[in-house]
Amino acid sequence: MSNWIEVGTVNDIPKLGARVVKSMRGDIAVFRTADDEIFAIVDSCPHSGGPLSQGIVHGKAVACPLHNWNIDLETGDVLDPDHGCARVIPVSSKDGIVRIYVEAEATGTHG
Amino acid sequence: MKKLVVIGNGMAGMRCVEEILKRNADQFEITVFGAEPYGNYNRIMLSPVLSGEKTFDEIVINSPEWYAENKITLHTDAEVTEIDRAAKVVKSANGIEAAYDKLLIATGSEPFIIPVPGKDLDGVISFRDMNDVNVMEEAISQYKNAVVIGGGLLGLEAAYGLQRRGMKATVIHLMDTLMERQLDEAAGFLLKQELEGRGIDVLTGANTKEIIGENGRVKKVCLADGREIAADLVVMAVGIRPNVSLGQSAGLEVERGILVNDQLVTSDADIYSIGECVQHRGDCYGLVAPLYEMGKVLADHITGTDNAYQGSVTSTKLKVSGVDVFSAGDFSGGEACEDIVLRDAARGIYKRVVLKDNKVQGAVLYGDTTDGAWYFQMLKDGQDISDIRDLLIFGQAFASGGGATADPLEAVAALAMDAEICGCNGVCKGDIVTAVNEKGLTTLDEVKAHTKASASCGTCSGLVENLLKVTLGDSYQAQTVKPMCGCTEHTHDEVRAAIVEQGLKSIPEAYQALEWKTPDGCSSCRPAMNYYLLCAWPGEYVDDTQSRYINERAHANIQKDGTYSVVPRMWGGLTNPKELRAIADVAEKFDVKTLKVTGGQRIDLFGIKKEDLPAVWADLNAAGMVSGHAYGKSLRTVKTCVGKEWCRFGTQMSMDLGVQLEKLSWGSYMPHKFKMAVSGCPRNCAEATIKDFGVICVDSGYELHIAGNGGIHVRATDLLCKVASEQEVLEYCGAFVQLYREEARYLERTAPWVERVGLDYIKQIVVEDEAKRKELNARFIYSQKFWQDDPWAKAVNEEAAAREFKPLSAVAAE
Ligand code: SRM
Ligand SMILES: Cc1cc2nc3c(=O)[nH]c(=O)nc-3n(C[C@H](O)[C@H](O)[C@H](O)COP(=O)(O)OP(=O)(O)OC[C@H]3O[C@@H](n4cnc5c(N)ncnc54)[C@H](O)[C@@H]3O)c2cc1C
Ligand code: SF4
Ligand code: FES
Repeated sequence: MSNWIEVGTVNDIPKLGARVVKSMRGDIAVFRTADDEIFAIVDSCPHSGGPLSQGIVHGKAVACPLHNWNIDLETGDVLDPDHGCARVIPVSSKDGIVRIYVEAEATGTHG
Repeated sequence: MKKLVVIGNGMAGMRCVEEILKRNADQFEITVFGAEPYGNYNRIMLSPVLSGEKTFDEIVINSPEWYAENKITLHTDAEVTEIDRAAKVVKSANGIEAAYDKLLIATGSEPFIIPVPGKDLDGVISFRDMNDVNVMEEAISQYKNAVVIGGGLLGLEAAYGLQRRGMKATVIHLMDTLMERQLDEAAGFLLKQELEGRGIDVLTGANTKEIIGENGRVKKVCLADGREIAADLVVMAVGIRPNVSLGQSAGLEVERGILVNDQLVTSDADIYSIGECVQHRGDCYGLVAPLYEMGKVLADHITGTDNAYQGSVTSTKLKVSGVDVFSAGDFSGGEACEDIVLRDAARGIYKRVVLKDNKVQGAVLYGDTTDGAWYFQMLKDGQDISDIRDLLIFGQAFASGGGATADPLEAVAALAMDAEICGCNGVCKGDIVTAVNEKGLTTLDEVKAHTKASASCGTCSGLVENLLKVTLGDSYQAQTVKPMCGCTEHTHDEVRAAIVEQGLKSIPEAYQALEWKTPDGCSSCRPAMNYYLLCAWPGEYVDDTQSRYINERAHANIQKDGTYSVVPRMWGGLTNPKELRAIADVAEKFDVKTLKVTGGQRIDLFGIKKEDLPAVWADLNAAGMVSGHAYGKSLRTVKTCVGKEWCRFGTQMSMDLGVQLEKLSWGSYMPHKFKMAVSGCPRNCAEATIKDFGVICVDSGYELHIAGNGGIHVRATDLLCKVASEQEVLEYCGAFVQLYREEARYLERTAPWVERVGLDYIKQIVVEDEAKRKELNARFIYSQKFWQDDPWAKAVNEEAAAREFKPLSAVAAE
């Protein structure tokens, strides 16, 4: 089985918005920027677990809906003045099809 | 009274009329003919109108009222076609005749059209008047490619404006250097680089051979070297030619322009001429400063003071935001001329001063034009600069001993009193300082109004402002209002004003026009912008849900665990068995964890999953309930007490009035949340005195209270006024809400807003000015037509809503 899993099309995600992909390991937020770049991050804010998919997307960042931390969509880093890091999920969007990379390892130990 | 007829309602003619009126308002009965359909406007500012930085209304100099107040007869749309010098009468194309004792010709100039094939096609225009701008506006909304022929001041301003408004602009310039008459090669190159960096294509050394059309409209431009450039709009800006035809046919002496002497009198002693249409001592001018100078001299002459126009030395500035270019005098070099040059590549600065016999002969400044006025002054005065020669190029602050800190305030302070500040209007430092001191001026606008400094091309406004600071010292009140957020320098109020004045109708358009520093704003400015737009353009603006905070996007309140709470509206805090039953059913069906009566007199259902929201709403809708907007910057609740219907102390029907107020205002979005309450007597059981709008019923009517809130800083309301009927309560409420909607800053609740603008201000508008109150209320009711639509019902029925509430997909990993 390929690790790249098709989850939908770019047009399924609103511009400057996000949709949630449900996975066994919890929700994944898939974001679309104004330039149609696609990013995916585990849907949980490093601050207090807020659902990042519900935030306001601007530039290449999202503002968490609970306490307005800003997270860099590319790296998952929390932007100044706060600190932390959210987990980024590899994502591709060739020909309008969005795929995310799911690690199919046995140990289940990652960051 | 003698009759003065003016032909040409433009910048030179009307400035001269203003000067005459200043000297003697009763000497003439004045009639003005203008070929354009407007009063007099600031032609220079057509460039910022095109680029969207100004509106036409902002550039009007003399409104129709001004003509009426000054008893001037204005004929617009009336081109004069004949001057009968023998009978002393002028006639216009639309049949108006006017007799004169003195005639003033101020017909300006005509754009030069290069005689290439295709020049008459649709979409080929010049850039001279408001009509041209209107044609360009139309093209902007329909087409993509614009070609500007001519890389001079006008052409570049046109290209900049068109590009900024979304067209792809290409400049075709015959010479190798842009603005070659004002700039040297180095500065021309920097300018070209800058414009190219902004996406404008610049073709130099390019000779236009032909313009090709399709179905009568321009399609492309062909160059002599074979290149072809796609074009849906061609703007010719290759130069101007004095408009002499009328003078010529009247038999006046004419060469390139209408010939005038030092008193601006033509070859007919009763006919004067000023402006771009004249030729004086061999020179024709194309900038306003000389024309204003002519206007003053002629006004003196006409009103009996001796004066003579000696000709002018001019300087040029380019009005492209963010590009500072200044040029004056002669810098072609030549024998006995010496150059002093300063280049600072990192800061993009180039300065060159040309000297001859220790005097400034010319100057070109690129990137930093602060010292332009200083060099220009020395040039005009023919000042010997031997003493400061070493420091000259570093600018005035340095040369006058100000040291290494090029503090702009010190630089202004160091200027001599006769140094010119505003080149267009010939206003020196002394004029401004005197006006500020004598008239007690404190703002840039006041200085502009009193001295005309910075009233024409506007490039000196920074200088004028600094001068104001220096003159007022500590008493200068800098604007302390903060920008909206890190994405912009503009304040909330400036943004709101710009949206209305410039007719900005979408977030991208507003960001573009207001030069936002980020591509799509941030989580702080986007919701504010979305609100300002929906408030300004009811029924027209399409709400941008991606610019709303999650609660408003999902029409529910997000909770700490990511679930949502749902609060249906209970009008005035009233409910009934049917509603209660529906709520109970929903609570069971969707496994609601907590059911709670809120502080706002209604019921909250907690712990609902986002996917379930549409189904919950469908069930509540079926029982007749709509969204309570507990999530919104909008009307929240109207609390009531039981009132006269049951209570032994009640004086009025408070429950019923509360319901009416809620029906009036629900659904409306506002700068912040808005709460109301109606208490049936002064015991005030509904806590109306800590609400945004509170009503306390008394025997004789209704006390209206405003601007209270609970929260961390409790604020009790102010009494707005007392009214006699329920009808009035509703009208005052609508007006107050609308004033708040239109004027408060986003996330400013009524309490801080009213404290900022003052209770008296609100009273003046809502209480004392009946007309304003009624207008505000009418605007509110109009806007409500578009918002009193239950967002829940909409979401339940809309396809798009599926995207908001359903997951994209589920992946079964591992
Ligand atoms: C549910 C409720 C508490 C309750 O269980 O009773 C409540 C809940 C919240 N209030 Fe409240 N307020 C509730 C009545 C009030 C009242 C009482 C009232 O309206 O008479 C007040 C004082 C009156 C006032 O607003 O001035 C009140 C003053 C506040 C404030 C302070 C407002 C201020 O201007 O200072 C906040 C903070 C804010 O808005 O920034 C706040 C904020 C909140 C928030 C939005 C906090 C948050 O950001 O999550 C809570 C949302 C909970 C939710 O998800 O539903 N809540 N809150 C009440 C809902 C009323 C309703 O039916 O819509
Ligand atoms: C886009 C643009 C930008 C500019 N920027 C600058 C700048 O930054 N700095 C600067 O100094 N100058 C600038 N100028 C030049 C400046 O606007 C002109 O020098 C000035 O307007 C000339 O004044 P005027 O009164 O001679 O002519 P106009 O202002 O053109 O007025 C002449 C008026 O006479 C009317 N008219 C002509 N013939 C007749 C007739 N037979 N009967 C009735 N009415 C008639 C015309 O319709 C026109 O309204 C700019 C010009 C343009 C177009
Ligand atoms: S008082 Fe505080 S904890 Fe209680 S609902 Fe309001 S905001 Fe939440
Ligand atoms: S949970 Fe995201 S900012 Fe607090």
